[in-house]
Amino acid sequence: MLTHRIIPCLDIRAGRTVKGTHFKNLQDAGDPVELALRYCEQGADELTFLDITATQEARGTLTDLVRRVAEAVNIPFTVGGGIRTVRDVGRLLEAGADKVSVNSAAVRDPSLIDAIAAHFGSQCLVLAIDTQKVNGADRVFVSGGKQITERETTQWAAEAVERGVGEIMLTSIDHDGARNGFALDITGTLTARLSVPVIASGGAGRMEHFRDVFTIARAEAALAAGIFHFGDVALDTLKKWLHQNGVIVRL
Amino acid sequence: MKIVIVRYNAGNVLSVKLALKRLGHTAVISDEPDELRAADRVIFPGQGEALSAMRYLREKGLDEVLRKLQQPVLGICLGLQLMAESSEENNAPGLGLIPGRVRRFPDTGKVPHMGWNNIRRLRGPLFDGVPENSYVYFVHGYYMECNPFMTAEGHYLCPFAASVQKDNFYAVQFHPEKSAATGERILHNFLTLT
Repeated sequence: MLTHRIIPCLDIRAGRTVKGTHFKNLQDAGDPVELALRYCEQGADELTFLDITATQEARGTLTDLVRRVAEAVNIPFTVGGGIRTVRDVGRLLEAGADKVSVNSAAVRDPSLIDAIAAHFGSQCLVLAIDTQKVNGADRVFVSGGKQITERETTQWAAEAVERGVGEIMLTSIDHDGARNGFALDITGTLTARLSVPVIASGGAGRMEHFRDVFTIARAEAALAAGIFHFGDVALDTLKKWLHQNGVIVRL
Repeated sequence: MKIVIVRYNAGNVLSVKLALKRLGHTAVISDEPDELRAADRVIFPGQGEALSAMRYLREKGLDEVLRKLQQPVLGICLGLQLMAESSEENNAPGLGLIPGRVRRFPDTGKVPHMGWNNIRRLRGPLFDGVPENSYVYFVHGYYMECNPFMTAEGHYLCPFAASVQKDNFYAVQFHPEKSAATGERILHNFLTLT
């Protein structure tokens, strides 16, 4: 049986892992490769590296980091944050990333999706969507979740799949960092409507939240950062618990 | 040991090279016929579209070189599919090394088949020390039908050949270079075939 994937996310700033909540109170959390290897040992199914480096100059360090990760880890990994062009994607894939995720740049110019898919294939392209409920509607946000757009979440996801993304990573801004569980409603809507896998993100605080997003919202994968970084729940413990509770995971 | 990874404009060959490096081996990436012929092991990876990959192999004359290799050859993902007789993907012809057909997954679920899935009915030296139902990482929209040369069976929407072997030609549909310890064991087994 195809398993549900658990994906730890590492926030990267200038080549180092940072820990924080809501992009605030960021603390240095060490070398990303060391942390990545620890997650691999604990049974991570994939890894995601999200570059939150503020300045363009410091972004050069990302390519070096991707290369070091590719040398060290034996599972697939995705790199995202600030990707704007086909050339950016080529650089990261050549350095050894298995997939890239795009967000704001694709909202501003959706043809970026077509171009990346045509060059490198849909299997390496993840669309990250930051969503929030506004007056009862699910709206797409950009620029790190700070700026609202005209787009409706389900429509945008469907258009992106049509254009060629291979996966959707859906982050609920309302749930992110709150540790009260994933956004089951919008995640469930997307998993039912789309022909590609959905990675749920934002809100993991307890093991039950993963069970719910897999069994109720039927997400193919779940991504979390804080719950693993701060040691609230260990990855291996989580996977064993999910297995005992009837969720198909890789042990 | 001289290991050559075939370069043919079809996806990520770097990850295979790095996986071999973690196992302590240096591999060369090449599309030179003489390099392929002189290798102790040839790895034929690949992702992407079957027809354009076959065209490229033909243009370079690599199709004939691959067919005549006597040393152990390992096809990975698209590499496995190109070893078949034909593929439904744009009606691409295959190298015809393994009697089998490649078909598109039915529309009854999400395609591609992506993620960790288990493999069973394991046999042959590639799976030495690999327990039944081990998990490996797949990314593919087409599959080789089960056939007498199958050495591992996968299941997604329908049963399919997760691995096949005929003579010196070995192939896996999944990505051993991204399949954690299980994948490393399979690569190790390939490199230590006697």
